[in-house]
Amino acid sequence: MPTYQLTVNGSAHTVEVAADTPLLWVVRDSLGLTGTKFGCGIAQCGACTMHVDGVATRTCVFPVAGAVGKKITTIEGLSPASDHPVQRAWREIDVPQCGYCQSGQLMAAAALLAAHPKPTDEQIDAAMTNICRCGTYQRIRAAIHKAAGEAA
Amino acid sequence: MTASPISRRTFIGAAGVTGAGLLIGFSFRTRRAIAADDFSPSGWIHISPDDQVSLAIDKSEMGEGVMTSMRMVLAEELDADWSRIVVAPVPDDPHAWSRRMMTGGSTAIRTSYEMLRNAGAAARSVLISAAAKEWGVAEGECHTESGAVVHTGQGRRATYGSLALAAAALPVPATPTLKDPKSFHLIGTPVKRLDTPFKVNGTAQFGIDVKVPGMLIASILRCPVLDGTIARYDAAKAKAVAGVRHVIELPGIPGTGGGSLPPRTAAGIAVVADTYWQAMTGRRALDVQWAPGANATLDSAGISAKLAQLADGPSVEAKKRGDPAASLSSAARKLTATYEVPYLAHATMEPMNCTAHVRADGCDVWAPTQNQTGAQSVAAQYAGVPTEQVRIHTTFLGGGFGRRAENDFVAEAVQISKAVGAPVKVIWTREDDIQHDFYRPASYHRFSAGIDASGAPAVWTHRIVAPSILARFGPLRDGVDGTTVEGAANLPYDFTNFLCEQTVADLPIPVGFWRSVGSSHNAFVTESFMDELAVALKKDPYQLRHDLLAGSPRHRAVLDLVARKSGWGGPVPAGRARGIAVAEAFGSYVAEVAEVSVAKGRPRVHRVWVAVDCGPIVNPDTIEAQMQSGVVYGLTAALYGAVTWKGGQVEQNNFTDYPMLRMADMPEIEVHILPSTDSQGGIGEPGTPPIAPAVCNAIFALTGKRIRKLPIGTIA
Repeated sequence: MPTYQLTVNGSAHTVEVAADTPLLWVVRDSLGLTGTKFGCGIAQCGACTMHVDGVATRTCVFPVAGAVGKKITTIEGLSPASDHPVQRAWREIDVPQCGYCQSGQLMAAAALLAAHPKPTDEQIDAAMTNICRCGTYQRIRAAIHKAAGEAA
Repeated sequence: MTASPISRRTFIGAAGVTGAGLLIGFSFRTRRAIAADDFSPSGWIHISPDDQVSLAIDKSEMGEGVMTSMRMVLAEELDADWSRIVVAPVPDDPHAWSRRMMTGGSTAIRTSYEMLRNAGAAARSVLISAAAKEWGVAEGECHTESGAVVHTGQGRRATYGSLALAAAALPVPATPTLKDPKSFHLIGTPVKRLDTPFKVNGTAQFGIDVKVPGMLIASILRCPVLDGTIARYDAAKAKAVAGVRHVIELPGIPGTGGGSLPPRTAAGIAVVADTYWQAMTGRRALDVQWAPGANATLDSAGISAKLAQLADGPSVEAKKRGDPAASLSSAARKLTATYEVPYLAHATMEPMNCTAHVRADGCDVWAPTQNQTGAQSVAAQYAGVPTEQVRIHTTFLGGGFGRRAENDFVAEAVQISKAVGAPVKVIWTREDDIQHDFYRPASYHRFSAGIDASGAPAVWTHRIVAPSILARFGPLRDGVDGTTVEGAANLPYDFTNFLCEQTVADLPIPVGFWRSVGSSHNAFVTESFMDELAVALKKDPYQLRHDLLAGSPRHRAVLDLVARKSGWGGPVPAGRARGIAVAEAFGSYVAEVAEVSVAKGRPRVHRVWVAVDCGPIVNPDTIEAQMQSGVVYGLTAALYGAVTWKGGQVEQNNFTDYPMLRMADMPEIEVHILPSTDSQGGIGEPGTPPIAPAVCNAIFALTGKRIRKLPIGTIA
């Protein structure tokens, strides 16, 4: 099996996996970082969202080879002390219910805020297409506005 | 051991729980508090000499908030320092626990509230006794505050931890004095969830995240046709994939289940590998051929035809008042309608999974389960070990909604672990999850209503044809499946002549408990037909309901509240209309108003107002969240949800053809909680039933088109 050099959350890793292995499963199974979730396997739900060079990416269909030389950030690496503005806002508003989709939601929201520090509702609708079966969308929206420094 | 539901640093390990100190258990059977030394190993409360107040609960956290709300009840009566409580894991030996360990039916708070209060109060009472004895004062001169006993007169204060050893030697009162609810400082307040910190940084551990030394990962290719079997496959091709260790044949348990043990499972082939992707790659190489079996011609058109046909056949009365037949035949006007709803999948965000380790001397199971007691029995059966040698380690659940009350995923994992002699984690794909569910039953409904000469509604009859969920657990009581008729047989409206009857449809499709169960379809059909009646009577739909709810004050109160809060009857933005519905489910009363527009045949729900009476409030923030959640769940099903059959297999695969509501389609939901001292209801499910009829009634008000079949889809 081929080997790949990956930079995940600032650390260098060498992994030996089949070439078609999605980044999600490399991170979960080879690196043991399980904060990023598997939801659908076809890039529909966004539970597997990581940042690849800062871009929110659905990694369940993103081959490991595509990650080489790029800066990969998972929920574990979003902030050193779980204090990224979206994490703080999520806690203040108590967004999660079951919580399974929330790593992906937070990564998508962080990428949105990086691109649009004060997103409109339309921008939130366009960027936040991750599925939440518990229906926490209303609180997610409020938390994004809060993180952006707007009134929730 | 990494399978605890919360990151390990946040709670003391199992060894700490069995150490010295005061441990209060509570026997549900005898309804008296007992010292947990007599009730080892599980109890609600453990206070150690180093001042750790550890609280355990026996319910699964799947988003509904029990991890927090049940501990709030314990901590309230205990007068614990909430900021310092330690979250102990769900007890891992259901066999030794004093009640069935199951989270479902929106029961957690309403079946535990009094006993948790008693357990907390009993512990507090003993701690006061211990302090009073030590200080040589009367117990009545002492009080508690924030994890300590205080004697104001002598200026003394002792933490619970410092009293733990002395308290452990004292008798526990059987009937402790409970607090006056007026003095509650936790119950009734919007306490922050205990699990949120772990759910925003990736440390919350779900079943799919479990890691056990030496663990292998399995993926199962299951026969897509109901009860089909394996004809042939190529194990060698799968084994040729790097990392694949075993290929195991699973015979499956056909049928809709002869009870909960053994659970129904599909026949399949498990590919066991070092990693998930290797298992999946091996699975794709299996080159399988199936023997489809007797259900190969089953399809949705045939199912619909069968349900309709059964509506002309025999039935069993679930509820009857007056003389509905005579009243209908003498009615001045008659109204009839038929409704149909489809099978639905649960589609929890976390696909089914389970980790099992079968050894000669026992079995460990790590599972996101709603049904620990059932999981333990199933694991024992398949592992071939006594029940008491099975440990069920409950992780966080990435959604439950009733799907995780089943134990098919446990049965598979235990079989595979036993076969390969190693710990195995089975991970389902989304396609596996959609295609091998225990579905919300499809159902067919036939209504008649009669209006008398004075223009008053005089009679209501409702025939429900549906497969039975409960039939697999044993004979139905009086031939009626209570889950099929809930929300219909107990229709709250004041009809002197009333009939609700049921016909069980025998179909080979496994059915199960889907968030709000029978109320998920009965609220839709009854509240839609009630709207039809209002139209026929030329009455306002709110007003007709209000008038017919004189005998159901709790229904009427939430209906009135939602009408007031939504400004019912007032102006509505151009191009939109509103619909209203009310339903009781699981002891809670919920009324909803939906504001809808339709563009190019596509309905859009802009706003939803919810009024809820769930009895005494534990955590209002959780109630709001659960109402929003229930609305989204029900709205998703109403707009898009249908599991259909062709050639004996499910036609849907993933979120592409079993779509979900997303942010852009999310209505703004406003929740109003009606303060109540009435009986306590559940909160996980009751938000779901009223949304489908509220939306469909709004669509009728806007377009004149009555939706009698779900999902709504595109409006022609």
